[in-house]
Amino acid sequence: MPFYVAPEQQMKDKADYARKGIARGRSAVVLQYEGGILLVADNVSRTLHKISELYDRIAFAAVGRYPEFENLRLMGVRFADVRGYQYDRRDVSGRQLANIYAQTLGTVFSESLKPWEVELVVAEVGDTSAEDEIYRITFDGSIVDEQRFVAVGGSAEQVSTALKDRFSPDATLGEALGTATRALARENGGDQGPEAANLEVAVLERKREHRKFRRIRGRRLASLLEEAAGAAGTASGGGTTTEDEADE
Amino acid sequence: MFKGFEGGQLPAAFMSAGTSSFTEFVRAVSPELLPGHNPPQGGGAEHLTPDATTIVALTFPGGVLLAGDRRATQGNVIANRDMDKIFRTDEFSAVAIAGSAGIGIELARLYQVELEHYEKMEGRPLSLEGKANKLAQMVRGNLGMAMQGFVVVPVLVGYDEVTEEGRVFSYDAVGGRYEERRYHSVGSGSVFAKGSVKKLYRDDLTRTEAVKVALEALYDAADEDSATGGPDLHRKIFPLVDVITEDGHRRLPAEEVERLAVEVVEGRSEHPDGPTARLG
Repeated sequence: MPFYVAPEQQMKDKADYARKGIARGRSAVVLQYEGGILLVADNVSRTLHKISELYDRIAFAAVGRYPEFENLRLMGVRFADVRGYQYDRRDVSGRQLANIYAQTLGTVFSESLKPWEVELVVAEVGDTSAEDEIYRITFDGSIVDEQRFVAVGGSAEQVSTALKDRFSPDATLGEALGTATRALARENGGDQGPEAANLEVAVLERKREHRKFRRIRGRRLASLLEEAAGAAGTASGGGTTTEDEADE
Repeated sequence: MFKGFEGGQLPAAFMSAGTSSFTEFVRAVSPELLPGHNPPQGGGAEHLTPDATTIVALTFPGGVLLAGDRRATQGNVIANRDMDKIFRTDEFSAVAIAGSAGIGIELARLYQVELEHYEKMEGRPLSLEGKANKLAQMVRGNLGMAMQGFVVVPVLVGYDEVTEEGRVFSYDAVGGRYEERRYHSVGSGSVFAKGSVKKLYRDDLTRTEAVKVALEALYDAADEDSATGGPDLHRKIFPLVDVITEDGHRRLPAEEVERLAVEVVEGRSEHPDGPTARLG
């Protein structure tokens, strides 16, 4: 015999379930830098990506359960490619994709027993940094238009706070990567960022022609990390105080 | 745009594991978007779209180039004098079309999305062989239209990152795929262009020399074939040249092509039939 469960309770249970699921995974951050938008995720796998290309100017970052957000990624690529083929490449926008994701996640959350344990970011690089768009979409289909930077994942709040302290829109790619890795380190409560081997890094490069998405790995990633470590060393005095303040 | 989309939800096909092929996917959700979806009844309708004319492709050490004239004709009428028949399909490949322009442009556009779609879905690009085979299937898919007179003959060029060389693939109307050694030409002026390339080609051409060979060949094609357009100095309309090397695809800047094309035209004022090959 079915028991009556109040809708409020049902929604709360689902939300708790989804939050717990997302909190088990590692975080990802998306932030502006002088040349575009940088996406960084803590990811042990080299092939099961958390960060991907959706379209010419648009990238996707996700945390949570891989099969669920992978499905959403495929959906986004298909939607964008059909749209761009039907009309023109310029007619595909990050806002459309964010809306499609929000609607899909919202429907899943309210209609099915098990909500999806994912949190997404859709980022679109514009011709100038003022035209960049970053959207965060949560498991219940809420959509937030973020400014300048965003962190997603179980410890998004701590990571976000750390990002806020160091973020600068004029940072070089190396400096921005340093900011991102140090922010991700806060998730584990330490100063040590994720190992280089566990970093998944990509950029939307404003000046690049055609498709602006590019993965950064191997030697290029290593040299950028070195640059980031060097920059952190010279600015360590100011850096530590802000972090201490954030801890309090 | 899709059935059920108005309600805010995409059809289930968007979320299924399904295919990495864009064409197959579109056939399942919106077949009306595909070229040749509604083939004409009856025959002899080829006068409905202009013909794109001459294309030249040739390899040089470390790369490959693709050049095309700018003319499209409809019977005896010049339908377009600054047409672009060369399409960058991804970072390491390009396609040019000859034949029914309306169908060919759509085919090239679809092919470009097809390559990019596969790359994004799978996380890695197709091999050059895979790209060549995919294009063969798409040309074969146009066979019904070809039987109605809408024949499209593409040329695919690409830089093979495995063998580190430029390669050229040609096709026939039924989707037969042939790899060409060194050079190839298609379109109404191809007989003359190919003859010209044949006499000028060497295995050690530099990139600039290769461009010059292509421009000479297109000049010869325009000289003999009324449907091929030569360099138009007054309107500043010159052939388009795309070059692909290990650094990726690049369309040559208009000024560079203009400079070389003007050299070719000036050379012809002294030797109207162009450079001659040495005997022996």
